[in-house]
Amino acid sequence: MAATITEPLIGRTPPKDLTPRGTKIARGISSPIGRAAVWLLAALWTVPTIGLLISSFRPEREIKTDGWWNWFKDPTNVTLDNYSGVLSNKVNGHPFSDFLWNTVRIAIPAAIIPIVIAAFAAYAFSWMKFKGRDWLFVMIVGLMVVPLQMCLIPLLRFFGGDFFPDALEGVTTVWIAHAIFGMPLAIFLLKNFIGSLPSEVIEAARVDGASHLTIFTRLVLPLSVPALASLGIFQFLWVWNDLLVAKVFGGGAENQPMTFAMVDMVGNKGNEWQLLTAGAFITMIVPLIVFLSLQRYFVRGLLAGSVKG
Amino acid sequence: MSRLARFAPELVTCTFRVRAGYEWGLMFEILKSLLTVGIGIFGFLAALGALYWLASRLPEPWRERARVAVFVGPALVLLFGLVIPALINLRYSFNDRNDEWYGLQNYLDVFTNDDNLIVLRNTLWWGLSVTIASTVIGIVIARFADRMRGEPVAKALIFLPTAISMVGAGVIWNFIYSPKQYGLLNSVWQLLPGEQKTQFWLQDNEFFSLKSSFVPGLNTFFIMVVVIWIQAGFATVVISAALKGVPDDLVEAAKIDGASDRQAFYKVVLPYVKGTIITVATTTTIAVLKIFDIIQTMGKGGAFDTSTIANEMYEQGFPQNNEGLGAAWAVLLFLAVAPIVFINARNQRAMREGR
Repeated sequence: MAATITEPLIGRTPPKDLTPRGTKIARGISSPIGRAAVWLLAALWTVPTIGLLISSFRPEREIKTDGWWNWFKDPTNVTLDNYSGVLSNKVNGHPFSDFLWNTVRIAIPAAIIPIVIAAFAAYAFSWMKFKGRDWLFVMIVGLMVVPLQMCLIPLLRFFGGDFFPDALEGVTTVWIAHAIFGMPLAIFLLKNFIGSLPSEVIEAARVDGASHLTIFTRLVLPLSVPALASLGIFQFLWVWNDLLVAKVFGGGAENQPMTFAMVDMVGNKGNEWQLLTAGAFITMIVPLIVFLSLQRYFVRGLLAGSVKG
Repeated sequence: MSRLARFAPELVTCTFRVRAGYEWGLMFEILKSLLTVGIGIFGFLAALGALYWLASRLPEPWRERARVAVFVGPALVLLFGLVIPALINLRYSFNDRNDEWYGLQNYLDVFTNDDNLIVLRNTLWWGLSVTIASTVIGIVIARFADRMRGEPVAKALIFLPTAISMVGAGVIWNFIYSPKQYGLLNSVWQLLPGEQKTQFWLQDNEFFSLKSSFVPGLNTFFIMVVVIWIQAGFATVVISAALKGVPDDLVEAAKIDGASDRQAFYKVVLPYVKGTIITVATTTTIAVLKIFDIIQTMGKGGAFDTSTIANEMYEQGFPQNNEGLGAAWAVLLFLAVAPIVFINARNQRAMREGR
């Protein structure tokens, strides 16, 4: 016994099969009390969301008179009225469904555009030669320190000013703002990934006469799918859930996403809980689907995003 | 009755028309938004392709340079949109609300005005409490869930709130904290023995009737719970992944030397994953310092002494039209975040080199 244990301590590669993972000797950490505590916390963590979900299907009168836990007494008493009610409910003169589609048309381009731009730049920083390349890359990484709040007031003035075409104001400025704020992190992560692709493959393509654009679209992009997916999911959820950037740059209510409508409803229709519960669930449904179906990419993206300021 | 009979068909056609109109409106909205999305993305890609084609027509010394410019150019333009506004913002922070030179007055205001001191106090408490609480909860769950049956399910349940927007989370918890009979917390509160009064949790700006200017009100702590609810899942998943990377032999050796489970965890496992814990703590601190949406949703934009730096930056810079003060708050946020980003970066480099 002792021999098998001292072996790795001297720094050799341990024989794997002698200490199979998960044996009681190896850890034995999980006590019954510990397990109970984990499940208790897991339950506690779930109750708020479940409460909202149940409430959103209860008739208005019930929602307003007693707690959602009373639903269990009469589980057949459910309705979709809250959902149709909230979709047609007017916020600042626009039905909630408008805000839903605003979120869609803000989030998809605001997730795709910065990643495409960053991928081009990351390719250049990895595989094109030009003066000041490394220096420039270090500067860009350094920009991750700047919180987006530093740019809100001057950028808004610029977008409203004479040099910026008025036709682009509204959703387009929200796209541009999201692209600006996501750029340093996206370049940093994609450069790390694209730069570590095997150079023989790139060189071979170049010898065969492939141009940069061909190498980039035919070779580098397909090979980078895992990195692009993680980053894309991270950026997409970030934009989907965003309130601040849209509120500052979106202009009037006609360009605002659901988060804006929800905050407005909390302020002005704070007692209309049948609308708030259904509305909140509509804002949550896409992130939840993304989360449940792409959890692995989601975790990776979240971890990668943790270097940002 | 007859009036109703006359009215009924009209009512039916009317609702029908309204409903149909609504549905058509919705379809139109969908088409419109899909079109905007498509035009946005394809227009952009087409422009890049055209520029590259143009670059390829150029004579040689310029051709390669122009291609580099097409690849890096768009990113650089966007990055200018980050650097230059940040510098202008620094300049604005020395202006008053009428855009005239104000010197250091905004900064003096921040550190002397009572309302602003409350904002600073709150942000400090936010950074400390939420970071410590979520990291500790993350360590506890990651430790006890490690290799237990149903571990992925338990972790996924705790991780789920991370995907939800702060606004959605705020609505969920507004519901729980509601003073009405459907508020879960008040219902539990009233189960306590004795006559319990209905509590307005989110309006309670005192800390247990303690009139101290150093401690935020109870309402701030109730809002912090929501962010702990969101952040703990992130901490759990990241720390749990790190725990799985701890070599079994290390723990086993400690146990052979007579260490108990607890000792092995504190003396061997925790030091081994120290880097990851620092990553989690710094990331959480940065996220918490920028807390904004949740104050808008649960604190009505900073009422009842709930404001924080990022919230105040927005409130002053936009609704209050005091751009100088808003800019100064943004600079302070930058100064608060920057050292933590550096700690995080150094820590991550040490982790990469250490393994």
